[in-house]
Amino acid sequence: MARRLPRKDVVIVGLGWTGSILAYELSRTGLDVVAIERGPWRDTATDFNIGTAPDELRYAVRHDIFLRPKQETLTMRNNPSQTALPIRKWGSFLPGNGVGGAGVHWNGQTWRFLPDDFRIRSHMMQRYGDAIFPENHHIQDWPVSYDELEPYYDKFEYLAGISGKAGNIKGQIQPGGNPFEGARDRDYPTPPLKQGYAQGLFTKAATGLGLHPFPRPSANISAAYTNPYGCSMAPCTYCGFCERFGCANYSKASPQTCVLPALVREPTFEARTECEVMKVNLSSDGKTATGVTYVDRSGDEWEQPADVVLLCAYALFNVRLLLLSGIGKPYDPDKNEGVVGRNYAYQTGSGSTAFFEEAKFNPFAAAGSLGVAADDYNSDNFDHGPHGFVGGASITSAHTNGRPIQYHPTPRGTPTWGSQWKKAVASTYQRVTSVGAQGSVMSYRNNYLDLDPTYKDPLGRPLMRMTFDYQDNERKMANYMADRCDEIAKAMGAKQTQVNRLTGPWSVVPYQSTHNTGGAVMGSDPTTSVLNRYLQTWDVSNVFVMGACAFPQNAGYNPTGTVGALTYWSLDGIRKYLKSPGPLVQP
Amino acid sequence: MRLRGVILFAALAVSGSAMADPDNYVIGMRGRELTTVGDCVACHTAPGGASFAGGLALATPFGVIMTPNITPDDATGIGRWSKAEFSRAMHEGRGRNGAYLYPAFPYPYFNKVSREDTDAIYDYLRTLAPITNTVNRRTLPFPFSIRTLMAGWNTLFFKPAPFEPDPQRSAEFNRGAYLVQGLGHCGACHTPLNAFGANKPAQFLQGNRIDDWTAPNITNDPQAGLGKWSVEEVVQYLKTGQTRSTIASGPMREVVEDSTSKMSDDDLKAMAVYLKERGAAGRSAPAAIAASDPRMQAGAAIFTDTCGACHARDGTGVEHMFPRLAGDAIIKQADPTTLIRIVLTGVRGAGTDAFPTSPAMPSFGYRLDDRQVAAVVTYIRNSWGNAASAVEAETVNSLRSRVAGPVERSAAQ
Repeated sequence: MARRLPRKDVVIVGLGWTGSILAYELSRTGLDVVAIERGPWRDTATDFNIGTAPDELRYAVRHDIFLRPKQETLTMRNNPSQTALPIRKWGSFLPGNGVGGAGVHWNGQTWRFLPDDFRIRSHMMQRYGDAIFPENHHIQDWPVSYDELEPYYDKFEYLAGISGKAGNIKGQIQPGGNPFEGARDRDYPTPPLKQGYAQGLFTKAATGLGLHPFPRPSANISAAYTNPYGCSMAPCTYCGFCERFGCANYSKASPQTCVLPALVREPTFEARTECEVMKVNLSSDGKTATGVTYVDRSGDEWEQPADVVLLCAYALFNVRLLLLSGIGKPYDPDKNEGVVGRNYAYQTGSGSTAFFEEAKFNPFAAAGSLGVAADDYNSDNFDHGPHGFVGGASITSAHTNGRPIQYHPTPRGTPTWGSQWKKAVASTYQRVTSVGAQGSVMSYRNNYLDLDPTYKDPLGRPLMRMTFDYQDNERKMANYMADRCDEIAKAMGAKQTQVNRLTGPWSVVPYQSTHNTGGAVMGSDPTTSVLNRYLQTWDVSNVFVMGACAFPQNAGYNPTGTVGALTYWSLDGIRKYLKSPGPLVQP
Repeated sequence: MRLRGVILFAALAVSGSAMADPDNYVIGMRGRELTTVGDCVACHTAPGGASFAGGLALATPFGVIMTPNITPDDATGIGRWSKAEFSRAMHEGRGRNGAYLYPAFPYPYFNKVSREDTDAIYDYLRTLAPITNTVNRRTLPFPFSIRTLMAGWNTLFFKPAPFEPDPQRSAEFNRGAYLVQGLGHCGACHTPLNAFGANKPAQFLQGNRIDDWTAPNITNDPQAGLGKWSVEEVVQYLKTGQTRSTIASGPMREVVEDSTSKMSDDDLKAMAVYLKERGAAGRSAPAAIAASDPRMQAGAAIFTDTCGACHARDGTGVEHMFPRLAGDAIIKQADPTTLIRIVLTGVRGAGTDAFPTSPAMPSFGYRLDDRQVAAVVTYIRNSWGNAASAVEAETVNSLRSRVAGPVERSAAQ
């Protein structure tokens, strides 16, 4: 039986990017805020010490800072006709664990989605007609526009010190930036990272092909920076230990570098780590949350009453908490009804690996978001008419790392071990680079999340079940992009290229992307969304849900920039709610 | 809310005798400010213990002294002390019963504090919640355990004299002098000690080694002191814990976090004006060791591999994060203790409201041996315009035995 604790104004579930930003913004106004986090406290000085942080075996291979499948995993299947089985070792995606969440281990690519991404359904309908949409799709417009979110993107970028080059300031196209981006009010807080040899080749080749390359926006920052919260960062040293690692140099934007130093000074803030929230508790009519119940590390159960509950866990786990708590109607694909779990989406990856005769790419001099990109084939920046698919991709030349255990590309046909393999690794390491396309994934009737009927976690709660596969629309798009990448790779002077296409069903085994989106999407219609435009749940007005679970479908970009912008956008809504409780949008 | 009010009232009623007049808010707040200037909490709080309840072990050359409980608890704190007794302790170094106190309690400084100010501190301390915490006050070994010995010490080294403003100087200078010489007791760390543990008045603020840290020269000396700092930089350092080039760490981090960052801008400016205007004193700088010296060459190689990524190859550092080594006063002190210690053990910089990050440097003692530490420290002390004596491996070894674990041989080889 849970013991009841004294009431708090706000309880936050999960202390990553979204949880820490909201905790700081709310506690600095004097509200009593408690953040409940199931993983450990993590801090740059003690956990990502430069003497021990660059340990590829410990962090990249053995997943030191990731969620343990024993804590929570999912069951997975490609379509509803299959029986889902539990993921026992993380592969395709790697959920974070502990304070900082995935904001600790990310690569740091910090994009704004394009204006068309937010109105994709109406825009595509208007330009191409209904026939452009794939079968069984659930594509829907966002309930916010790019222009509405612009000031909030700006806030997050200035919190994180993002390094980049503006392409469009107040409607004026800026040379060297991304000409396709939505108008921004001002440039990035810090200049772009220094690029490597491959990026120089890409820029020249892509420009020659009529494309518009630009340095991609990076949270591995190029220059010392102090953010509006007073937190300071140091310039990136290009060590190439970003994704899967905490940054030891205070160079990668994370809750640790950008928020926590200020947050922990707030006297009305409290963090409880290694405490797992079981569910959000509801009043007897189910219309108000009364707080949460959690289990601490000794296995004792506590009830934490609160006036407002903010779900700030990872996208997937927010959806599961909604399902476990009975907030919102669970999605049922048979009837195509219900909302929680609906519109789960992901990301495509395709491209071309380029082998050069004479080159020295020095892939070890890298950063998680070092690279140049071209957006000519993203969103609706090109004519989709001849291609018959919806969506697009950002095309990139990047070196995120050249680490010894996991980075050793070899040409197809090379043995996977033995002296021939060693020879190929040695001769290829410096002479290989790639051009990649990270693409959008639309939402579909049969790609969704629900509770598994069979498998349970150690606390006895059903695991969440993921039903997902790439659809023809995504394959068509990703393979079109792979060919575009190959054109660029050849124009860069590669002697030999290898096209990497999207084929076969999605597999949970090889790492692909931790960009899991949807499942608790925001929208204007309560029959097709869980959240209103302020990320407030339609059904329980004192529960707000952060994160990429709110995306109605995924765009051809990394999600964190948009997650950050939505957090600040929602904060305005939360403040409005605190002044005058109740639904912020009438359905 | 209502319930909480009742409980609070009950607490007041029970321990009313030990509390200041609850209406005396102005004096209480003034006393709190003065208590912050004196940084009383730093010594009178044990690690993890209640504030002001004492129990911190102060290591002195004569043995360990446990700091007393100064909360208004009748049995174990200063609950039964009168205002006059408190003032006598501050001004003359005598306990409630007249027993001699040891000058680890800096009464040689506090005797400059006005009676009005000691009274305000007393009033503030009386507003604290009484905490029962018995502290063993007899930890010094014989013969230092004999408190009457301090009568002789006082005769030799303690000349009680109230603060005398210098009429030739500005009110601001005199305010600064009053704070630095009195309640701030800056000299307790920053002035060299004689063999009897008394500060040498002739070398006031010229730097000292204390508790295996270097408390640097804070006269206006251009080589090792504040000579190259502006008044504004001194204020910024005390207020925010950092300047463009340096960040407070070690014991000074605590002073900044607990005390100076909470002081008024006017008082900080006054202290800075006093420190800058009172004059310069210090040893003259030696010539820099030549870059061709083998120790310098070894140090340069270690620096490039181990230090340069953060502090930059040219020692310029990163503002707000990694101190600038070129020209840094700590590095140029005659005594290299702090520099060696930081390399061996790592250190964490001050975090303040202005700059909360509190950046850390990791320990390198586990993989640099004594010779390597000596080389890199010698290199840092003699590069980019710095000039200071070479550091010997024996010096590193002796400090390592006190502050750090041994080098891990496999890592060092």
